[in-house]
Amino acid sequence: MWSWVAHRVTGVGIFFFLLVHVLDTALVRVSPEAYNAVIATYKTPLMGLAEIGLVAAIVYHAFNGLRVILVDFWKGGPKNQRKLFWGAMILWLVVMIGFLPRHLMHVFGG
Amino acid sequence: MTASTIPAPRTGYTRHASTRSKTELFAWLFMRLSGIVLVVLIFGHLFVNLWLGDGVNAIDFGFVAGKWANPFWQIWDLVLLWLAMVHGTNGMRTIIADYAERPGTRIALQVVLYVASAIIITLGTLVIFTFEPCPVGADPALLASFCTAG
Repeated sequence: MWSWVAHRVTGVGIFFFLLVHVLDTALVRVSPEAYNAVIATYKTPLMGLAEIGLVAAIVYHAFNGLRVILVDFWKGGPKNQRKLFWGAMILWLVVMIGFLPRHLMHVFGG
Repeated sequence: MTASTIPAPRTGYTRHASTRSKTELFAWLFMRLSGIVLVVLIFGHLFVNLWLGDGVNAIDFGFVAGKWANPFWQIWDLVLLWLAMVHGTNGMRTIIADYAERPGTRIALQVVLYVASAIIITLGTLVIFTFEPCPVGADPALLASFCTAG
């Protein structure tokens, strides 16, 4: 049940970011200066940390979504749904371990 | 007395043919099919834009120009835009249907949702196809190197 709640919460969060993200990208049609000024805010330490939250939410939604698909379409899915959840969490951890140090280096230097 | 018409055990029963539309089944299937494609498109998007090279620091006008000079990334971003927006809009529709109990509230929220989604999809599509990588009169220092080369 909590995996379902988290799927909804991350889904809503990602949706609202997507609206903002299309709008900020649309600034390339205004001027290079306008686009660069807004994108510069994405490179600040605070937004750098927010991007970690965004990526964590996206990766959770992705792997839990694939788990939902397996539960719906794979014969052994419903029986193994709990194992599939922990599998999704392990994959989430692996991706975050790959992303986090790299992103922290980009944002904070080093 | 009339003869018993009780059916034999385990003879099953006939369902009434559904008269409802297949819209919800289609929406349910779309979420799963688009979800699989979105995992690939978004992981690729994040890998190229946040992981490779200088990550988020490398993103500027010239970076976007460099990507959209290639039809591969134009199509990638176009499919990503449409699938993500329709997937997200349908998810929001489901959530509105679950929590907005008064019909007036539900319809109002859905109208806002559909209008916002239509605007974003239209805007994003126009931006991808009308993008000018080397705008006339722009500061050359802000443009991709291919604008000034040759």
